[in-house]
Amino acid sequence: MIKFLLAFIVGGLICVIGQILMDLFKMTPAHMTVTLVVAGAILGGLGLYEPLIEFAGAGASVPISSFGNSLVKGALAEAERTGIVGVLTGIFEVTSAGISAAIIFAFLAALIFKAKG
Amino acid sequence: MLQGHQSWVFKTPPAVLSSAAVGGPFEARGALAEDFDLLHDDLYMGESSFEKAERKMLEEACSKALEKAGRKKEEVNFFLSGDLINQIISSSFAARTLSIPYLGIFAACSSSMEGLALASLLVDSGAAQLALTATSSHNGAVEKQFRYPTEYGAQKPPTAQWTVTGAGAALIGREGAGPKITAATIGRVVDMGISDPYNLGTAMAPAAVDTLQAHFRDLGFDPSRYDLIVTGDLGRVGHQIAYDLLIKKGLEIPADKFVDCGLLIYREEQPVMAGGSGCACSATVTYGHLFNRLRRGELQRLLVVATGALLSPLSYQQKESIPCIAHAVAIES
Amino acid sequence: MSKGKKKKLTPVQREYQAFAAQREPRRPLLTNCLRAFLVGGIICTIGQGFQWFYTTYFNFDRVTAGSPTAASMIIIAVLLTGLGVYDHIAQWGGGGTIVPVTGFANTLASAAIEHRSEGFVLGVGGNMFKIAGPVITFGVFAAFVIGTITVLIKTVGGM
Repeated sequence: MIKFLLAFIVGGLICVIGQILMDLFKMTPAHMTVTLVVAGAILGGLGLYEPLIEFAGAGASVPISSFGNSLVKGALAEAERTGIVGVLTGIFEVTSAGISAAIIFAFLAALIFKAKG
Repeated sequence: MLQGHQSWVFKTPPAVLSSAAVGGPFEARGALAEDFDLLHDDLYMGESSFEKAERKMLEEACSKALEKAGRKKEEVNFFLSGDLINQIISSSFAARTLSIPYLGIFAACSSSMEGLALASLLVDSGAAQLALTATSSHNGAVEKQFRYPTEYGAQKPPTAQWTVTGAGAALIGREGAGPKITAATIGRVVDMGISDPYNLGTAMAPAAVDTLQAHFRDLGFDPSRYDLIVTGDLGRVGHQIAYDLLIKKGLEIPADKFVDCGLLIYREEQPVMAGGSGCACSATVTYGHLFNRLRRGELQRLLVVATGALLSPLSYQQKESIPCIAHAVAIES
Repeated sequence: MSKGKKKKLTPVQREYQAFAAQREPRRPLLTNCLRAFLVGGIICTIGQGFQWFYTTYFNFDRVTAGSPTAASMIIIAVLLTGLGVYDHIAQWGGGGTIVPVTGFANTLASAAIEHRSEGFVLGVGGNMFKIAGPVITFGVFAAFVIGTITVLIKTVGGM
């Protein structure tokens, strides 16, 4: 159950960082999410994001910052296998499920739903 | 007739032969629902897109105004209209349906008074017998064009305003029993460096003050001449700022005589943050509620100062600030 | 590329902005942060729940469960967006709804749904990434830069 509590706290804190960026630094949601994704990528490259996921589980893997980490993970994993070209070819490796699911279901939603205002 | 630097006085005041206001579901639950001629209970109004729904409302407001005056569209000399959709397509497509010689205008949310001022000028100067002026806005269409898709989860700050879904139209003629347009003051663009599109009230207040000063200076009046001075859509934040700014500039208007359409149109409980906005805000409140009050004799002299923010999504992305404008029209019963 | 330099304000403009700032309602920072913490925490906890569900009842381990977990959260977010509920939760939850991957799904779904009136190819297809585009663009570019630097450091370090 500790795992759930940590997921709640760490996830909540990352969201608070996002809120502060928007309210205090007057960032738009797009600017804020880009900041978090790039931060996740940097931490991933430094090898610091994985330990965070070990520690907080979904609290670190659900926020968008983990997307940046996954992109870097994919790039580095492929580079291990095939050399520096792998940085280019492996980027979407890990995140493929998330992006594909988002596109597919968003499209289905456009078929079924109408904007409600 | 030119009076002062930027105002017109109409020696033989044109008459508002009729006016009409159409609204959407939010307005139907609002404080002025009784003053609307037609209210829709959903944002699509039977059309397949928000833009088509806005066009429909504009056409309905125009035909309702013509019907109430007992006139046919063939009798109208000119149709003046504007809206917020790119290239003012709502107005242009409504003009196609009406088939009246068309003068498209753009003044953002102050389009209602720019249209009314120009229509009155045409009639007073003998350049027209009958002129129809209208404007519209639609919450879904405006959010989609200027901000985000309506189902997107962005958090609006307390200074944000709610675009009114509606349309207003007024038929102006040489003589008739309705309210009379006695004067108009055309505003100039004022930009105080505000660049936050979620804070338009603050951006527009200086323009309203500038036009009010020009009006009183050109015509030699002071605020006590009017029973009510109404701003278009400054909202809670902008209206307060305008009130204080006017005092600072030596033009005090008693608080109970200084109101705002954006604050009149909705009830307290409705989640509209700082108040209503959009072309239809000043249009539906003026052409519906305020004109009804004039007709009932509750008001004798009214001054409506509609305010507009002249930005585009592109100007915002290119880090420009927001230039604003305000047009004032004096109407008497 | 535009330098994005802030336009210099005149003294009149500066004076007005100070005047106006006194009269503007502040964004309720503390309240917003508390709400973001609550909503964001709950969403991540639900994610943890999915993670547990997939590792316990299916053949996933902690790492591979990430994909079905993300997919499940995305489907729920898309559904809530389509039902017209997500934007209301977001007005309350702010960062708590935008930051989790559910926010990403919401940007795609809301844009797709909204632009259906412009047709499926140009409307839905052409606008789907209107808001999410920056995240993907910068995420990929950042990964490319960081990945390249990391590989180069490793290579140089190994020489």
